[in-house]
Amino acid sequence: MAQYLLSVHSTEADLAPSPEVMQRMYTQVNTFNKEVKASGSWVFGGGLHPVSTATVVDATGGDVVTTDGPFAESKEHLGGFWIVLADNLDEALEVARRASEACEKPVEVRPLQDDSGA
Amino acid sequence: MSGTGRVRVDLDRVFREEHGRVVATLIRQFGDIDIAEEAAQEAFVIALQRWPETGLPANPGGWLTTTARNKAIDRIRRESTRDARHAHAAMLSDQYSPGSGSSDPSSVQDDRLRLIFTCCHPALATDAQVALTLRLLGGLSAAEIAQAFLVPEAAMAKRLTRSKQKIKANRIPYRVPADAELPNRLRGVLATLYLVFNEGYLSSSEQIAIRADLCGEAIRLARILASLMPDEPEAQGLLALMLLTDSRKAARVADGVLVPLPEQDRASWDHELIAEGHDIVRACLRRNRPGTYQLLAAINAVHTDAATSSETDWNQIVQLYDQLYAASPTPVVALNRAIAVAEVDSPVAGLAIIDGLNLAGYHPFHAARADLLRRDGQTAEALEAYTQAIALAANPAERAYLYSRRQDLQG
Repeated sequence: MAQYLLSVHSTEADLAPSPEVMQRMYTQVNTFNKEVKASGSWVFGGGLHPVSTATVVDATGGDVVTTDGPFAESKEHLGGFWIVLADNLDEALEVARRASEACEKPVEVRPLQDDSGA
Repeated sequence: MSGTGRVRVDLDRVFREEHGRVVATLIRQFGDIDIAEEAAQEAFVIALQRWPETGLPANPGGWLTTTARNKAIDRIRRESTRDARHAHAAMLSDQYSPGSGSSDPSSVQDDRLRLIFTCCHPALATDAQVALTLRLLGGLSAAEIAQAFLVPEAAMAKRLTRSKQKIKANRIPYRVPADAELPNRLRGVLATLYLVFNEGYLSSSEQIAIRADLCGEAIRLARILASLMPDEPEAQGLLALMLLTDSRKAARVADGVLVPLPEQDRASWDHELIAEGHDIVRACLRRNRPGTYQLLAAINAVHTDAATSSETDWNQIVQLYDQLYAASPTPVVALNRAIAVAEVDSPVAGLAIIDGLNLAGYHPFHAARADLLRRDGQTAEALEAYTQAIALAANPAERAYLYSRRQDLQG
């Protein structure tokens, strides 16, 4: 078994969907989450507040520098993610396919390193 | 001198032919591509020292696999105290080897089939799929692949390393996909092999017109796939398509200039390849499960069946293109169908179809238009179309052909 990060990247335009679309996606993602939990492959997952709520802490220079805003200026930001357990990539891709259908966005799949808990 | 030379050539041939088999078996047994490759390499080195004296063993592939397996076990034992490679290999091995053993129906399949599907996994970029397939299954070195695709060797080595890392980190499974996914995944494998063939046959290189080495490799790999998947008509169709296309290679370029099909010297076609291709096409027709590659092969069979260009059964070609368009309604298929329609009907009829296609960035579109405009006597429009085709074409023989046609027209 290995862990995979399934991440959803949103653009600014995606961040303000209509209430109907929002409700539909919310219901779909809820159903998907329940299915993943029932199958035993759920590790963690959640949606993030808008990128305007982000804060960066940098302790690399000795002093701690705390700044407002996302880490990098970018058109796309992480909007939400899941961590799931799967035997192999094909299984993870199948979970990602259902995740993408549920949240109506492309989903990126990346394996976590072996020693990160699998 | 010539004696040792021959042994050397034979060994190269044996190594290349056996590489896929040896590596494929070891990957299943050890669950690690690098271990399998290194062990296979060691076995080849030993064979290279031993075989010129002892002669080839009765079963070179079996000998190489056994020797490589022993080398891999030695290496893992030696290194297991130093790093976690052993544990890692064992873990991957658990995952890779069919856990239920003989009860897994796929365990009876040739390991090379697993290897093809892993190399052509859709999570890998197309150029990575091509490189991995040629390296692991085809037994080409990174340097040879780099040369074939005209990229620096270091870049090719990096591409191979990254692809193998991606397979390992992601645990891309070492298996033939289940029935439900198989048609989709097989399409990817066929597309990769066809891409290798086409890069050889109509090289996008500006220096070389046909790269026979790539065509030969693609045919060898297509033969392996066709033999491993005898019940997949599209795998057979792809092999037939390659054979029938390759059969015309000798006639296709003269003095560095592309020779179009109607003007080719049919006596210099390879009639052995044609006969083999026709046999496969007939077998596909009997099976009656048509698909894109089988239809393309059938179209090529009609061409290679005609003793002279004027005897070509264009009606049948149009019918086959109709079927192809129904299965795969792309503008490129529509373009080729229009060329056939022009033969059956008239250049104007062909042009009427072509002018409705959105293919302005595709040089064969302009080349086809130019030819039909020329035949219809629309000289000024034809000249313009030739100029557009030349601007977009990269292959040197094709460019030379287009130049000469434009020159003829300018009078």
